[in-house]
Amino acid sequence: MLAALFVMTGIALVLGVALGYASRVFKVEGDPLVDKIDAILPQTQCGQCGYPGCKPYAQAIAKGEADINRCPPGGEEGIRKLADLLGKEFKPLDAEAGVEKPKSVAVIDENTCIGCTLCIQACPVDAIVGSSKQMHTVVAELCTGCELCVAPCPVDCIHMEPVTETIENWKWKYPVAEIKERHAA
Amino acid sequence: MIATLFRFKGGVKPETHKDCSTRQPIARAPLPSRLIVPLHQSAGGTPRPLVEPGQAVLKGERIGAADGNFSAAVHAPTSGVVKALAPHVMPHPSGLSALCVVIEPDGADRWIEREPVNYRSLAPDELRDELRDAGVVGLGGAVFPTHLKLKPSQGGRTETLILNGAECEPWITCDDMLMRERAEVIVRGGAVMRHILQSERVLIGIEDNKPQAIEAMRTTVARLGETMEVVAVPTRYPAGGAKQLIKVLTGIEVPYGKRSQDYGVQCFNVATAYSVWHALERGEPLISRIVTLTGNVERPRNFEVLIGTPLEELLPLVGPLPDTDRYIMGGPMMGFPLPSASVPIVKATNCIIAASPALFPPPPPEMPCIRCGACATVCPHELQPMELYWFARGKNFGKAQEYSIFDCIECGCCAYVCPSHIPLVDYFRFAKSEIWSREKEKAAADAARSRFEFRNERQEREKREKAERLAQKTAGARAADAKRALIAAAIERARAQKEQVQPRNTDNLTPEQQAEIAEAEARRARIRAMAQTPPEKPL
Amino acid sequence: MITSPHVYLPVSVRAVMAKVLVALVPGIAAYVWFFGGGILVTLALATLAALAAEALMLKLRGKPLAMFLTDGSAAVTAWLVALAFPPLSPWWLIVAATLFAIVVAKHLYGGLGQNPFNPAMAAFAVMIVAFPGLMSQWPAAAQPLPFAEQLRIMFAGARHLDAMVMATPLDALRTAFASGEGRATVATALAAYPGGGLMAGKGWEWIALGYAVGGLWLLQQRIFTWHVPTAFLGTLALISGAFHVAAPERFATPLFHLFGGAAMLGAFFIATDPVSGAITPRGKLIFAAGAALITYFIRVFGAYPDGVAFGILLMNMCVPLIDMKTQPPVFGRKDGNP
Repeated sequence: MLAALFVMTGIALVLGVALGYASRVFKVEGDPLVDKIDAILPQTQCGQCGYPGCKPYAQAIAKGEADINRCPPGGEEGIRKLADLLGKEFKPLDAEAGVEKPKSVAVIDENTCIGCTLCIQACPVDAIVGSSKQMHTVVAELCTGCELCVAPCPVDCIHMEPVTETIENWKWKYPVAEIKERHAA
Repeated sequence: MIATLFRFKGGVKPETHKDCSTRQPIARAPLPSRLIVPLHQSAGGTPRPLVEPGQAVLKGERIGAADGNFSAAVHAPTSGVVKALAPHVMPHPSGLSALCVVIEPDGADRWIEREPVNYRSLAPDELRDELRDAGVVGLGGAVFPTHLKLKPSQGGRTETLILNGAECEPWITCDDMLMRERAEVIVRGGAVMRHILQSERVLIGIEDNKPQAIEAMRTTVARLGETMEVVAVPTRYPAGGAKQLIKVLTGIEVPYGKRSQDYGVQCFNVATAYSVWHALERGEPLISRIVTLTGNVERPRNFEVLIGTPLEELLPLVGPLPDTDRYIMGGPMMGFPLPSASVPIVKATNCIIAASPALFPPPPPEMPCIRCGACATVCPHELQPMELYWFARGKNFGKAQEYSIFDCIECGCCAYVCPSHIPLVDYFRFAKSEIWSREKEKAAADAARSRFEFRNERQEREKREKAERLAQKTAGARAADAKRALIAAAIERARAQKEQVQPRNTDNLTPEQQAEIAEAEARRARIRAMAQTPPEKPL
Repeated sequence: MITSPHVYLPVSVRAVMAKVLVALVPGIAAYVWFFGGGILVTLALATLAALAAEALMLKLRGKPLAMFLTDGSAAVTAWLVALAFPPLSPWWLIVAATLFAIVVAKHLYGGLGQNPFNPAMAAFAVMIVAFPGLMSQWPAAAQPLPFAEQLRIMFAGARHLDAMVMATPLDALRTAFASGEGRATVATALAAYPGGGLMAGKGWEWIALGYAVGGLWLLQQRIFTWHVPTAFLGTLALISGAFHVAAPERFATPLFHLFGGAAMLGAFFIATDPVSGAITPRGKLIFAAGAALITYFIRVFGAYPDGVAFGILLMNMCVPLIDMKTQPPVFGRKDGNP
């Protein structure tokens, strides 16, 4: 009886020391959860979630302050990934945040642009070039489609254009050959 | 003579169906009513258009300039007028459109002034630029710009040059006929390539089901006194795949992601050698190619076709049978159905097969995989297709990459033998394009993140700097005030002191003394006044 | 869209299964020759039960009946159950086993192509645990009972014929060693055993040969590769040979083990089941060798009449690991290639 007690106490001590040691040696720097969430978010930086950018939203999710269904550009797939990562139930996109739209890029009508630089200041990823009283233009490859530049334009010369499918970005589709479907038809 | 041939694992032996289109010699297709020349006909960048609608062009005139070095030019296949610069549906599985130059031929077929190049007198770099601007690309189907492959390995030479005349896909006979009829130009083109690559040996690999082509090439090589070896390789699909042919002829396995020149080997299609010779020795850019028109047609045959010829204008030459329901570009193992008969012939078009439900019956319904492993035994890249299928189907792309999905060359052997008739290649194509697009998206998101972070940082910095400047300014102002106060205090002190130290010896003074004092006082007052009004500007 | 390839070999799951069934015919013929026509009734019974269970499960799972019911996989499972079970097993045992194989071991795991365990062997294992007595009663060989008598035994439960029921040679050896207090040897035990044949059990050895003939034909037809049968039989021969050489009076000859019990059936028809077996070439060798080793040790040191079922089932469990660890190098990524 006594021996057993000693053994158990001994084991508890050894394990305790080992755990304490491990927690020091293998200490993880930073907050990997925020980075993992941030990696899932589309980095549109559009703020539709109510936070000023993807990282702040990621931090809010990590703290449990924000729900996972507030990112329209990430769409349903993004919500599913977040739900997977955090072990939460999937829930549909919060309509309050916005609706899922096809990926678009901003286009400036260069004839109307007056060169006010307001859109340049609004762009979260510096994807608009131009300077005061000079015509501005959107660098399409850098544009995330956040639409933040559309509203500030005083002459309404910015519109969103959906990214069209070209031979270069065309993808092979998932082979729809489910046995059930084939025969139900 | 080559001592031993090597063997690549796997492969299949589908029925070849090559006889029907080799009974007649190559014929020249008539000039079509219009030519639709896509600008993007090679791997790499899309060429910039050099012409405008309404402009007259000559045969061989450059109408699209290579976009950087990883691209190849395109040319007007005949003389005529540019009718439009507009998108047209492409011979591509997507069925999407791309920018094309539409030319209405004037019927004169007038050449631009041709400038042959003496390849022996030009530097290799200049030769490569010539080939790029002549639009020479690999004609085996991959349309990789030839000038990029004609770079010797490190050390200045590519030891072995391989000309690929294997043509392993069923039905296709364009290379076979080219070798039979125009062996001399191929061999001379091979000699040019050998010169550029400084190759020690040149091997011409031809599948042993083409005895006439082998014979033609052998006699031509002997007649021209070239030291090239024409090697008959066993007929087994996909022996004509570049990596498979390199393995068979040299024993070298070039893995995915590596270039064969790193192993001292380079492989070109025989038709590419043919167009290299034309581009340099004749100054004629790549404006036509041999196309096999076969399948469910009355008169299957090979034609020399101008690039840009719409397929529908070629079809009457061979007479498709009434039950034809689609046209396949390429062979039955790797080809794809064309979205429309209006698509143009492009540099990649080696063969058009008219298909009918009787000739190419649809596969029986798909069954579950029973892991029989037949796919693995025929995979020429020694992959495990059933595992890849499992991962691709479950969209487990990480695992698919771990099991080397990108080594798959989509040859179709696995789907060909699958007893469950699973469209394996479709799953692999889906997984690959999904992985690519996700990687692209990921890169874009990472770039957006770093740009956003940079911008935030910049804004922070700007704010900080502004605040600092402001602080500095107010601090400076405060310092100036203090100084002024100090000065004022000093003046005040001086005045008080002066008032205190009134001279005591002024009581009993002589008038002279008084006058002197008054004069000095006046002088002092003047100086004081001067001191109290600071000068407007320093002198 | 219709995609490449546009041509296909005329092969199908149905054809594969049909060939497997055909390959079982020589063994079945020998079976009938030595033990009478009862086995044919058992085969028919198992096939009917399997098809009924298959149809029911397909219906419940919403799968197309016509396509899967005719794929032949249920018949293969049924035949393997019938052949692996003792002859003249009561009808309900065969039906229950077949139902278990199809419903639990096959469809509850996802149906064709998804079962981690060979369904026939899973059913065998469950029944040998549930009915150990019935599962080790084997009729005396080479004296087939009249057909009517066989039917009576199977359907009316007339199991009074104790004389007819006896142990297999493998069992005979085990009981001899267990009760012989160290005096028994392989020679004395087999001499005392009435069912002994040239190599193994009388009759059984010829049935095994029949399976081997069918199996070799399947090999020639490329239904499976050489790896599994070679590794299974080779390992069994090697291990039994080693023990036999070390102690001939205690351990039977390799021939006895190869032709006794279900070794041949296992080597050519069960371990080669692609669905539940390993798939890489090296994996197949490891899988079959492991199954053979387990089979031998269960036969010699275990308590069950034969070890093939457990050997294969235990190795079935290791298949994912084996496959993962034996992935062959792909083209251009082999050792020695720069």
